[in-house]
Amino acid sequence: MRTSRPTTLRAVRRLPLDAAAALTVLICLFPVYWMVTTAFKPSPDIQSYDPRPLPRAWTLDHFRTAIAADGFALFWRNSILVTISAVLLALLVALGAAYAVARMRWRGRRQFVLAVFIAQMAPWESLIIPVYIISRDTGMLDRLPTLTLIYFMITLPFTVVVLRGFIAGIPPELEEAAQVDGCTRAGAFRRVAFPLLAPGLMATSLFGFITAWNEFTYANFLIIKQQDSRTLPVWLSSFQSTFGTDWGATMAASTLFALPALVVFLVLQRQVTAGLASGGVKG
Amino acid sequence: MSTVRDRSVPRTGRRQAPPAPGRAVRRGGTGRGALWPYLLIAPAVLGMLYLLVYPLARAVLISFQDFRLRQLILGDAEFVGLRNYRTLLGDPQFWEVVRRTFVFMAVNVVAIMVLSTLVALMTERLDRVARTVVLSSLVLVWAVPVVAATTVFRWLFHSEFGIVNETLTGFGLDSYESYPWLAHGGTAFAIIVVLIVWQSVPFAAITLYSALVTVPAELHESARIDGAGGVRVFRSVTFPLIRPIFMLVLSLEVIWTFKAFVQIWVMTRGGPGEATTILPVYAVQTALAGQRYDLGSAASMLTVLLMSGVLVLYFRQLFRQEGEQL
Repeated sequence: MRTSRPTTLRAVRRLPLDAAAALTVLICLFPVYWMVTTAFKPSPDIQSYDPRPLPRAWTLDHFRTAIAADGFALFWRNSILVTISAVLLALLVALGAAYAVARMRWRGRRQFVLAVFIAQMAPWESLIIPVYIISRDTGMLDRLPTLTLIYFMITLPFTVVVLRGFIAGIPPELEEAAQVDGCTRAGAFRRVAFPLLAPGLMATSLFGFITAWNEFTYANFLIIKQQDSRTLPVWLSSFQSTFGTDWGATMAASTLFALPALVVFLVLQRQVTAGLASGGVKG
Repeated sequence: MSTVRDRSVPRTGRRQAPPAPGRAVRRGGTGRGALWPYLLIAPAVLGMLYLLVYPLARAVLISFQDFRLRQLILGDAEFVGLRNYRTLLGDPQFWEVVRRTFVFMAVNVVAIMVLSTLVALMTERLDRVARTVVLSSLVLVWAVPVVAATTVFRWLFHSEFGIVNETLTGFGLDSYESYPWLAHGGTAFAIIVVLIVWQSVPFAAITLYSALVTVPAELHESARIDGAGGVRVFRSVTFPLIRPIFMLVLSLEVIWTFKAFVQIWVMTRGGPGEATTILPVYAVQTALAGQRYDLGSAASMLTVLLMSGVLVLYFRQLFRQEGEQL
């Protein structure tokens, strides 16, 4: 825009801005960086009064300790199992509901959408006590399906809202054309709309994955006696007390736990930026 | 499947015109096809009823009962009317928790909104490469799981080997040598605030940034030509335009910090003493540690009541934003 200005002056003027940007990036990344480097540092370097920003030597010992810790593989499997089944269940149920909301006209539609919006803001932190008591009464304590159901409900409203937007964005004419060509309504949806919906399904399932993967409260209070049914967040929080002084192993455990979420987000980042771009176009 | 086909035939003709929401299209009427939408939403409705409405109703019920360990095992809870609420509201300790919750929320929300607005304004002014780097780091922070972040912050502020103490001592502030951050009420509170702000700024900043880029640049230009300074331009031009999104983010942050539970539970369990006990922590402690499920439920219900005030504001804003889509 202001190409007429001398570039040096411009660079000087931009200095505070660039400094602020650098500071922001530093504050954002430092805790993550420190987690990862601590996990790779030899123990004597961790317990030193002269910490260095870069590890002098790299070691995988802490990761070995974390992986060899009691039940790590089991809790990993539990977390994956609960997360994936909750997300798939939410997708399946939400797809039907979102289709009904986006493509059909029926009495009570507005009320249903309102209920979904309210459910999205459900005070889950305040429902621990009744959910605990209900699970206890129905013999569902200490069981992974209980967690699956709850994570399904936590992710469902969000999934419905987002999928509704994606379905509404696909022109109904496409499906109609397929129906004219002899498809059933369901067939038209499956062959025409569903492939177009894939990015939406991807985005929502990744967000659902993150939510369920990270959930701590219910996993902590509903899985009490049956230690074999614990999930990774709970394992990590108790890891600190078991390995209290071994911060290298604790950070390795944190890294291992955070890794899937970070990878998922790096994959998702394109969608996030694409979302931002479309927001920019919309204005 | 046959139902689908029966239904699809008349539908095709009807859908020639683009669907106008709001305008009442001919309803399904009495035909069998009219059942389809209800079948499609049935699982979602059943889920909401059993997993949300029922627990909420149960919580209300328990808050009016005498419900302790004995009643949990034998299931013979008796109604005691408003006794639990009277007990809570007459307890100065409970009021202390309420006060602390509001202070906690206010400090967090103000810090989050100020910082994220600054970050959003900054990001908008950066060139393309720098902007990508900043946005990527924000997304990365967003992705760090709460329990992992909390664990990392415990390590950063570790009294003996934590990098924060080492750095502060390195700057010559010797009083921070082996300073036990989590052993003092004030500093434990501060660390949890820092943690929550660190985790919350990315969402708020990215959302505000995406609102900022929709503000036409010509408006800034003309305000500048009219002689307005940077602050003035923000106050009278930019802010009014991003105000709806700003209010939406603000109410979301209020709700989210009100419910901040995991960070506190993993970091301090509400301690030291009671220094970091806010309402959700108090409710869980009373119910599951003290086995007073009745009092805990009552505290939860009061929390929901307090929060629903903010929720109403949020929904008004939300429906103003996308009311036309409903």
